[in-house]
Amino acid sequence: MRVRPMLNATYIALIPLLPLAGFLMLGIFGRKYFKNTSGIIGTTLLLVSTVLALYTAYGYFFEYGKVEGIYQKLVPLKYTWLQFSEGVSIDMGIILDPISAMMLVVVTFISLMVHIYSLGYMKGDERFPVYYAFLGLFTFSMLGLVVSSNIFQIYIFWELVGVSSFLLIGYYYDKPSAVAACKKAFIVTRFADVGFLIGILILSFHSGTLDFNTLIATLTSPETAGYKSAAAASFIGVSALTWGLALVFIGGAGKSAMFPLHIWLPDAMEGPTPVSALIHAATMVVAGVFLVARLFPVFAISSPNALTMVGYVGAISALIAALIACTQTDIKRVLAYSTMSQIGYMMFALGVSKYGGEDGLGYTASMFHLFTHAMFKALLFLGAGAVIHYIHSNEMKDMGGLRKYLPITHITFLIACLAIAGVPPFAGFFSKEEILLAAYQNNPSIYWIALITSGLTAFYMFRLYFNIFWNKEAHVHKKVLPNPNAPAPSLLERAGGEAKGEGGFAMMMPLILLAVGAAVAGFIPFGHFVSSDGKRLETAFHLQFSIAPVALGLAGIFIAMWMYKTENDKPDKFAASLSGLYKAAYHKFYIDEIYLFITQKIIFNLIGRPAAWIDKNVVDGLVNATGNGTKDISEIIKGVQSGKVQQYAIYFLVGIIGLALLFIYWWT
Amino acid sequence: MNLLLLILLPLVTAVAVLLMRNAKQVKAVALAGSAAQFVLAFVLLFGYYKERATGNTAQMLFEQQYNWFPSWNISFHLGVDGISVAMILLTAFVVIAGVLVSWNVTKMTKEFYFLLILLSLGAYGFFISLDLFILFFFLEIAVIPKYLLIGIWGSGKKEYAANKLALMLMAGSALVLVGLLGIYFSTDAHSFDLMQLSQLNIPIQTQMICFPLLFVGFGVFTALFPFHTWVPDGHSAAPTAGSMFLAGISMKLGGYGCLRVATYIMPEGAKEYATIIIVLSVIAILYGAFATMMQKDLKYINAYSSVSHCGFVLLGIGMLTKTSMTGAVMQMVSHGLMTALFFAVIGMIYERTHTRQVSEMGGLLKRMPFIITVLFIVGLCSLGLPGLSGFVAEMTVFMGSWQHPDTFRRVATILACLSIVVTAVYILRAVTKTAMGPLTAGFEELKDASWNEKLAALILIAGIIAIGVAPFWLNDLVSPGAEVIMQKLSR
Repeated sequence: MRVRPMLNATYIALIPLLPLAGFLMLGIFGRKYFKNTSGIIGTTLLLVSTVLALYTAYGYFFEYGKVEGIYQKLVPLKYTWLQFSEGVSIDMGIILDPISAMMLVVVTFISLMVHIYSLGYMKGDERFPVYYAFLGLFTFSMLGLVVSSNIFQIYIFWELVGVSSFLLIGYYYDKPSAVAACKKAFIVTRFADVGFLIGILILSFHSGTLDFNTLIATLTSPETAGYKSAAAASFIGVSALTWGLALVFIGGAGKSAMFPLHIWLPDAMEGPTPVSALIHAATMVVAGVFLVARLFPVFAISSPNALTMVGYVGAISALIAALIACTQTDIKRVLAYSTMSQIGYMMFALGVSKYGGEDGLGYTASMFHLFTHAMFKALLFLGAGAVIHYIHSNEMKDMGGLRKYLPITHITFLIACLAIAGVPPFAGFFSKEEILLAAYQNNPSIYWIALITSGLTAFYMFRLYFNIFWNKEAHVHKKVLPNPNAPAPSLLERAGGEAKGEGGFAMMMPLILLAVGAAVAGFIPFGHFVSSDGKRLETAFHLQFSIAPVALGLAGIFIAMWMYKTENDKPDKFAASLSGLYKAAYHKFYIDEIYLFITQKIIFNLIGRPAAWIDKNVVDGLVNATGNGTKDISEIIKGVQSGKVQQYAIYFLVGIIGLALLFIYWWT
Repeated sequence: MNLLLLILLPLVTAVAVLLMRNAKQVKAVALAGSAAQFVLAFVLLFGYYKERATGNTAQMLFEQQYNWFPSWNISFHLGVDGISVAMILLTAFVVIAGVLVSWNVTKMTKEFYFLLILLSLGAYGFFISLDLFILFFFLEIAVIPKYLLIGIWGSGKKEYAANKLALMLMAGSALVLVGLLGIYFSTDAHSFDLMQLSQLNIPIQTQMICFPLLFVGFGVFTALFPFHTWVPDGHSAAPTAGSMFLAGISMKLGGYGCLRVATYIMPEGAKEYATIIIVLSVIAILYGAFATMMQKDLKYINAYSSVSHCGFVLLGIGMLTKTSMTGAVMQMVSHGLMTALFFAVIGMIYERTHTRQVSEMGGLLKRMPFIITVLFIVGLCSLGLPGLSGFVAEMTVFMGSWQHPDTFRRVATILACLSIVVTAVYILRAVTKTAMGPLTAGFEELKDASWNEKLAALILIAGIIAIGVAPFWLNDLVSPGAEVIMQKLSR
């Protein structure tokens, strides 16, 4: 008998709540009772969540989601959490629409892969239960984020994913670099979140609600009072509506590591590699894209200016990150910049999109790329994890010729590289084509940036690929390199032996599953399910249009092959010939240094230090002077300074009586 | 429920503590007494819910009135609304946690516990008084024990700190008393009764003089800039439980007074001085936060951050909307629990490492997972992580503040919002340095929390999470009280 999925809020709520249960159980009792079984517990709970998410998505897309050909925004659950005033409340709810249904699947699936992979990768770690507890916390928060029906609810889960990310980046807590990285990630995104918060205040003030559906409906219909007030109110020539959206976007840009708020992402690679795959590649970092997509009707209909800003920020981030990625030597950092660059693609795809019908191609393309990117980028990170697990170093120079020793990792990594480079028929090709087409139709300058970036992408990915799996022949891997940056320093020693090639089944299975995804996900007719207005969008394939990006991609691959397939001095010569640009890109365009200057020199020295000094010397000085003055006077008058409370109490009483008499005299 | 119990119970406990022979008995009695207070606070909460559920819409519940000093028209008038119930709950939480963490006090144990219980007596009396004269009386009861707690059981510059604290709080009290007398003599009713005064229209000239007197007077207690300098010295010199009571309870007496007394009975004055209150509170929020960033001692960090956090209380009051005032009360409860827990955890760390300098600690997570987990939780609460109480309170203040469309209040709110970044900076600097990184040499043998410390921490964490995860109950408790004040304001 066929089971017809029903819209039932209970089991949808279980999707995020099961990982939360895992977090609480493992976090509180893990160290004592589940020392060895915590991985299995966490993974099992997530497996149930994944099945429920698939069931929900299936039901939504194929059974009840569509009404008269349009996918609806259903709110099966809503619970008032904190009422501020009439109509304005934070509700905890679940929204089901195409993007949230898709994200439920993406988040649970990638998280499940990472849970399984970590069974092998983190085996023997002394804080194993804590690790799985944190993964559960993150998965709960991310799932809560994607189903949020209320803009403040999304902010709440936004902060929670931020703190989970903080905890996981700092997982190797005795390593000073990891501690610095987790602090940096939290503070930079916190700074961006202030923008988000103020944006929420502005949008909710004008629309009179925090509920997404009502808020979007109010702010997209020009006849409502909320729209009128938001459009009429202005600050330095920009309407309140645009300010609100731009500020919300700043929050999104922080979380999604958009230029210039991206500085935390490369450092975040200090976390365990599976964590980087989950949080800093596939799910959390796309939250900013998701946020813009969630508010997309408001951006597209009511404030095209804000949307254009989204487009340019995305395009610039894509290009800058790709340039930096070409010069980095730490494989995880290359992947981090690559992530930033690909998220830039998603962002500008939204930026060049319009609302409704054929013009909404960019929206569909963005979500499509988010989906395919989650597959191949998680795969790249997990593959990199397998390499690091084997070689105990993050540095390219320590690698080479690994294709013979890590055959499965090699093939899956290659598939992921082909997918991200946009080689047909792998997944990235399809989503990237749609993005480029949307950019071509709406904003030529962004199109050109995107085209150049796609060539660079192919180049740096294959630079990475050839450096790891080809290039100088295997001679390094045999000696285990003493590297302070290796993610799990004592892992190998504890396992009691030499590196033995591929990790176990737990590590290989996710690689293979994700590789299948990265290979075939492109054939999903995404526009049928996800579009800006919920209607079916036919995305045609344009052969003549695909030629340029594919040719550029292949060129990138061949240049990388020519330079890096075998050991030679071409890379150094090339770098020398481009000295200025190369050096700047190698130093990440000095953006970190600029931040350091602002925070250390300006905020600490010009604000913090004076504030503390003033407090100690001026404000407190006055208090002490008053005290000393009183003392001196009392010494003059009484000649005694007993320090006894009883006496003070008498003075006090006398004073009060005196004042009381004064008042009685005054008013009577 | 009979509100006199809230005064009698601590009184009986205090007397019983004095009658005990040895430290063990003293501690047992104090713990039993504070546990009874804890239970009583919940009895009050549920009694309150029950009364409201049966349709009792009176502003104050469980009212009692006894003539006390008829010629001066002073009566012993008690009663509670949702705001007072919330503050009483807070007090009960802090008291039991404070008693628990003081388990190792060996010097004059009996006197120490006597003073702690006496302080709680003052706080309960303060929160249930509806007559301003007895309210003032209880305020003074809550001040004196602090002087002794710091002066006798304190550390560091304790004499200086104790004197400074006592004198500044006494000066604040003096202003309050002068203000109260001013109100008393300016109306024909010649009354100290809060309910009676709230029905009257106090002459505008009186409000213009007495509002600042009362607001500043109470404000000194709650670290109103620039009268906050007793806070860092007082907290850092006080013993652990002293700091907890000081920040968790005493500072809240001030906030409660600003709202319930000054703002409620003198709405015209509040409106007139709102601008100044907002400016001072925004200064306290930002300046306190930046000053915290430069501190090196854990207690100073929490003390300065209290200045910043209490700024939100005053900002919420100064914004004069129902939402913002509700937020102010929530912030008082939240900050009370959080800061008490923070001081408790600092005390636990200090007892083991014998230092409070952040730079002298590192990697403690390895040796004391429980204590450091608590430190993380309280740090995250302080920086406003959702799911913990600080977030709820701050967001309520922000939402309430934003209801004013004028540029001045908008700018003030934005500036206050910026503090959440600075808070994140100083909290993370302190917490990560203490907890993470390589373990400092010499700390290899440190022990994790003992039963009493664990229990104290868990009680306070339960409170923090109960507000953070399900804020609606606190909101429903507090907002009708704020609504009443709002009605008076908009009349």
